[in-house]
Amino acid sequence: MSVESLEKIDTKVFERPTTLIDTEMHYCPGCGHGVAHRLIAEVIDELGIVEDTIGVAPVGCSVFAYNYIGVDFSQAAHGRASAVATGIKRVLPEKYVFSYQGDGDLAAIGTGETIHTCNRGENVLIIFINNGIYGMTGGQMAPTTLPSMKSTTSPFGRDTKSMGFPLKITELVAQLPGTYYVTRQSVHKPLNVRRAKKAIQKGFEYQKLNKGTCFIEIVSNCNSGWKMSPVESNKWMDEHMLAYYPLGDIKLPNDTEA
Amino acid sequence: MIKLMKGNEALAEAAIRVGADAYFGYPITPQSEVLEYLAREAEQKTGMVVLQAESEVAAINMVYGAAGTGKKVWTSSSSPGVSLMQEGISYIASAELPCLIVNVQRGGPGLGTIQPAQSDYFQSVKGGGHGDYRMIVLAPATVQEMSDFVKLSFELAFKYRNPVMMLTDGALGQMMEKVEFFEQQERETLDLDWTTVGKPPTRSHNFITSLHIKPDKMEEVNIHLQKKYKLIEENEIRYEEIMCEDADYIITAFGLVARICTKAAELAREKGIKVGVFRPISLFPFPYEQIKSHTGKIKGILDVEMNAGQMIEDVKLSVEGKVPVEFHGRMGGIVPTPDEILEALEKYIAGGKL
Amino acid sequence: MAKAKGNIIIDIEKCKGCEICMDACPEDVIAMSKEVNNKGYLYAVKIEDSCTGCTNCALVCPDAVITVYREVKKKKEQVAKITNVTGNITVTVDK
Repeated sequence: MSVESLEKIDTKVFERPTTLIDTEMHYCPGCGHGVAHRLIAEVIDELGIVEDTIGVAPVGCSVFAYNYIGVDFSQAAHGRASAVATGIKRVLPEKYVFSYQGDGDLAAIGTGETIHTCNRGENVLIIFINNGIYGMTGGQMAPTTLPSMKSTTSPFGRDTKSMGFPLKITELVAQLPGTYYVTRQSVHKPLNVRRAKKAIQKGFEYQKLNKGTCFIEIVSNCNSGWKMSPVESNKWMDEHMLAYYPLGDIKLPNDTEA
Repeated sequence: MIKLMKGNEALAEAAIRVGADAYFGYPITPQSEVLEYLAREAEQKTGMVVLQAESEVAAINMVYGAAGTGKKVWTSSSSPGVSLMQEGISYIASAELPCLIVNVQRGGPGLGTIQPAQSDYFQSVKGGGHGDYRMIVLAPATVQEMSDFVKLSFELAFKYRNPVMMLTDGALGQMMEKVEFFEQQERETLDLDWTTVGKPPTRSHNFITSLHIKPDKMEEVNIHLQKKYKLIEENEIRYEEIMCEDADYIITAFGLVARICTKAAELAREKGIKVGVFRPISLFPFPYEQIKSHTGKIKGILDVEMNAGQMIEDVKLSVEGKVPVEFHGRMGGIVPTPDEILEALEKYIAGGKL
Repeated sequence: MAKAKGNIIIDIEKCKGCEICMDACPEDVIAMSKEVNNKGYLYAVKIEDSCTGCTNCALVCPDAVITVYREVKKKKEQVAKITNVTGNITVTVDK
C-alpha cells in the first residue's frame, strides 16, 4: 500500500485490537474462537480495562486463550473455570473477571460449577462457546450435539433415546435468580459479530453493578469436527444450530429487576 | 491468649489470626466446625472471604483461582472430600501456587467412617493426584500444633510457592485442649511478580497454567519442580524425638498416635524396656536420615499407625534393612491404646522379631 | 449517493484461507490467491477496487488479519490527519 493511495482513503476504520496479542492463533481456519477472542480484546481495549481484567481459560480448543488475549489469565482444570473465576473475583472484587469456556467444559464436566456460580450470582462474565462438539479431542459428541448429528462417538448420529438431548444450559441458567444478563449470540456474519460485541461489552460493564452473573453463549462452528469447509460450516450452523439454539437475549437486566 | 478449644476450631482461629484472605470449603464430618467457626467469626474479624462451595471439586478450584492472585488461601476437608480435590491439587502443585489444604482424616476406603484414621498418608505424601509432584505435608499431634502449623504452613507455602497439606485426623479435630494463640496479624498484600491480579503497563501479562504441550518444556518444568522438592528436603525436615537417647527400641508414629505411643513407651520403661518415640512432623520431606541415625544403637523399630501400614514403607527405607521394623496398626476409625501398643511391642520382642 | 471508497490490507502470512471474508464481502473485492503463504495456505487477496471500507470482511475474520481504511468526507474547516500504515508518517492538511 503506497502512501499516496492512503492519502485518499485515510481513515483506519478497523484494525487488530492491541490486547489481541500479535501472534498466530492455533485454531483451524475459519474457527469462530478467533472472532470471539478478538471481540473480547476489542471490548477490553475500548473500555480501557486491560489492567483490571483477569481471564480464566478452560480445557478444550481455547485452552491457550492466554496466549492470545493479553490480560492476566488463569488456566483452569476441565470444567472448573467458573469456580476458578469465583475464587479470583472473591478476593479481587474490584477487578473484571471472565471465564471463556467451551460446551464440553461448561455444559458437561463443569455443569455443577456453571450452575452454582450462576446461582450464587457471582459478579463474573461467563463466555460460553457452543459448537456442538468436542473439537480439541477430535470431534466427539458434546452435551450440545444436535439430535441425529454425527460425531466420532455418535457415528450414526446422536440418538436421543440413548444419548440424551442437547442441553440448553443457557436457558437453564437464565432461570436462576443469580444471573443478571443472559444472551445467545453468534459470530458467523458481520451483523452477528456486531451484536456479539455489544453483548460482551454489556457483560463487562454490568460487572461494575455487582448485580449478578452475566452469561453469553456464542454459537459457533467447528468445521474440522463437522467435516465441512469453513463457509459451509457457517451455513450449516445457520440452518441447524440456530434452529435449536435461537439467537437473542434470554434474560435482560430489566427482567431481573421487574 | 490461652483457650480451651477443639482442634478444628483452633485451625480456623489460627487462620483468622495469620491474616488468611480466603477460605473455600464444603462441609464434611469430622471437620465441619472449621467452616462453621469461620462463618461465625472470620468476616467480621478480618474480612476473610469465607465461601461454602458446591463441592470439594469447586472448593479446590476456587483455591486455585484465588491463590493465583497471591492471597493467603486455604481449604479443609476430610478424606473422601480430599480425594475429590486431588485433581485440583495436582494443578496447584504444577502451577506452583501457595495454599494450605487441611485433611482431617477419617477412616476409609470409600465413604468409610466418620471416625479418625491415618489412611491418607500415601495420598498426601506420595501424591494422590497425577504427575510427579509433592506437597509439603505437616502432621500435628496436638491442638496447639493445629494452630501453630497454620502459620508455619503459610510461611512454607509462600517460601516455596507450593501447596502445603496439614494431615491431621478426626480425633485431633474433635478433641478439646488448651491452645495458646499467636497474636493477630494484619492481612497483607504481598508484592509478587507472578500473580494474576490485572496487568500493569510495566509488565506483560501473567498467566497461571499447568499446560506445557512441548515435551522439552514439560520436562523442564518437571526438573524445576524436582529441584524445588530437593531444596525442601534439604531445609524443611521436622521431627520430634522422645526418650530416644538411650532407647533399645524406637516406636515411629505420626500425629496423634505418637502421643499414645509416648504413653506406651513410658509404660514400657516402667517394665524396664527402654523405648523411645520418633515422631516425623514433616511427612514430606521425610526424616529418613534422622531415623537412620538411630540404627546403630537400637534393636528394632515398631511402627504404629491408624491404617494398614503406610508410613512404615518410609521407615523401612530409612533404616536400609539395618534393623527390623514391625508394625502395629488399627483401622476403621479405631484409635489404639497404650496397652495394646506395649503388648504388640512385647510380643514382637518375645517372638524374636525385634 | 455515491459509494464510499475503502481499502483493505491483509496480513497474508497470518491468513489461513478460510474464505469467510470472501463470503462476507458485499462487493466481491476479495478472492483467494493462486499461491500459498509460508504456512501453506491460500490467502485472501484484494482483487477489485470497489471496496467501500464496510469492514464486513474484518469483522468475520477469525485471525484478525484485515485492516480496513475508508475515505471519510470532512467539512471544509476540518483538518485531516494522514497516517500511513505503520504510523511513522503523519501529515496534517487543510481540506
